[in-house]
Amino acid sequence: MMFLDLSIAEIAAKYRTGEISPVDVIKECFENIEKHNPTLNAFITICDKHKILDEAKNVKFVTTLSGIPYVLKDAYVTKGLRTTAASKILENYIPDYSATVVEKLTKAGAILIGKTNMDAWGHGASSENTDFGPVKNPWDVSRVAGGSSGGAAVAVSSRMAMFAIGEDTGGSIRNPAGWCGISGLKVTYGRVSRYGAIAYASSLDTVGPMAKSSQDLAIILQQIAGIDSYDATSSPVIVPKYTDNLNIDLKKIKIGIPLELGPQIKDAVSRLKELGAHTIDVSLPMLRYAVSVYYLLAPSETSSNLARYDGIRYGTGRENFTQESMRRIMIGTYALSAGYYDAYYKKAQAARTKIIEDYNKAFEKCDVIIMPISPSIAPKLGELISDPVKNMLADMYAVTANISGIPSLAVPCGFEGKMPVGFQIQGPMFSEGLLLGLAHSYQQATQHHEQKPTL
Amino acid sequence: MDIAKIAKLANLPLNDDLAKKLQKDLNSTVKLVDELSKIDLKDVEPTSQVTGLTNVTREDKIDKSRILPITGYFKVKAIFNDVS
Repeated sequence: MMFLDLSIAEIAAKYRTGEISPVDVIKECFENIEKHNPTLNAFITICDKHKILDEAKNVKFVTTLSGIPYVLKDAYVTKGLRTTAASKILENYIPDYSATVVEKLTKAGAILIGKTNMDAWGHGASSENTDFGPVKNPWDVSRVAGGSSGGAAVAVSSRMAMFAIGEDTGGSIRNPAGWCGISGLKVTYGRVSRYGAIAYASSLDTVGPMAKSSQDLAIILQQIAGIDSYDATSSPVIVPKYTDNLNIDLKKIKIGIPLELGPQIKDAVSRLKELGAHTIDVSLPMLRYAVSVYYLLAPSETSSNLARYDGIRYGTGRENFTQESMRRIMIGTYALSAGYYDAYYKKAQAARTKIIEDYNKAFEKCDVIIMPISPSIAPKLGELISDPVKNMLADMYAVTANISGIPSLAVPCGFEGKMPVGFQIQGPMFSEGLLLGLAHSYQQATQHHEQKPTL
Repeated sequence: MDIAKIAKLANLPLNDDLAKKLQKDLNSTVKLVDELSKIDLKDVEPTSQVTGLTNVTREDKIDKSRILPITGYFKVKAIFNDVS
């Protein structure tokens, strides 16, 4: 048992009684980083240990996150700290400002200890499409961590940090959370400010927490959610008190099941039924077209967003994009080009409307929907990166939440062999509180989320 | 797909080997996204964003906290007055 196995609330309580200090916990983070990062490659930049430990000596306990060490997917700008998006294009970029999510966490007293590896620009589901070497799965180092927030998931799973901030455009928080056995929340589009997030696909990008439990996620979300004058798409919807409302009455919850579920997820659903929840079959007929919609919309937006990296501002030419990023930029360019715009981009936007309608209909019959996150456990290194179509299909269950904007929570629910399996709970727009409560009830009754890899 | 034309539009320098490889990958991607032609989308309004927010504006005043240092930029003569 180490400090990093504890929950954020437990650590915060121990800080206040003086039983342990932020220095103790952060020392443990760096021990684990030094031991395991050379194998797992979760980090692109590790902050200066001595500087961080000095900072840890002077923590004022103003929020539950004060003195809690965390890592940031390297997709967020950090003032004075290198920010790469895992691409050679930004290899030496030191930003002049910090993302809103970073500012909020700093204000809450959380301590940033490093920036994590990822698929460059968010382009991938395996964290192999990176110019900083692939991330390895801590449960089996011959397998991928998932992506694109792979390094963030690995850092939490292998106890290098208490939590992480990931970014989810088409499953990038949930997929690595599932494959590494942790919890991760894709928030409602607009719930958390995107200011300072390096854009992949602006109408789909979301900023969210990754941690060991739903309770931890609620504590983090409480601090980072809310409207931001620097992001015009951030929502004015009031931020509820997530942390006070985790105990929900499951007897009032109706869970929609749209798909045939694997054995581990079936067990999870049975467990939720034992706890009082009801289930009902629902249908999402557009689900089979979701990958096609996503791989038109996201590349179109990314071709536009990444046009700015032309060598003038950052000094690195466009030949530095990886093949996967070039593919996405070119598909997007094609879909937006004269003569193809109506056939592809506009059609995908119309199909987006149909996917939203599917969900609206389903949520008339149920409160939440339970689905797999990925079609398989974490594949072997090299399997996805060498097969672009397989790589796209890895996102098949994840992308609808981004296309429709709804929140979705990834929760671990068991193992296939030695590899973790997770499921996702999706709900209507701004239903984060309900999702966190449901997952909290499940995690109170089970131990899957407490399992960690032996390293 | 005319790969040379798309590469030019995307401002991506491709050598012949890479162009050949990407051509194959892109064809299989196009095949996947072509699935959409099977759905009837006649008269369906396109969705470009999901927030429901419209005309989000702010007061037309300079926010000095957002003025960044000018390291690494070209400096040109001011176009607008009143940047005091």
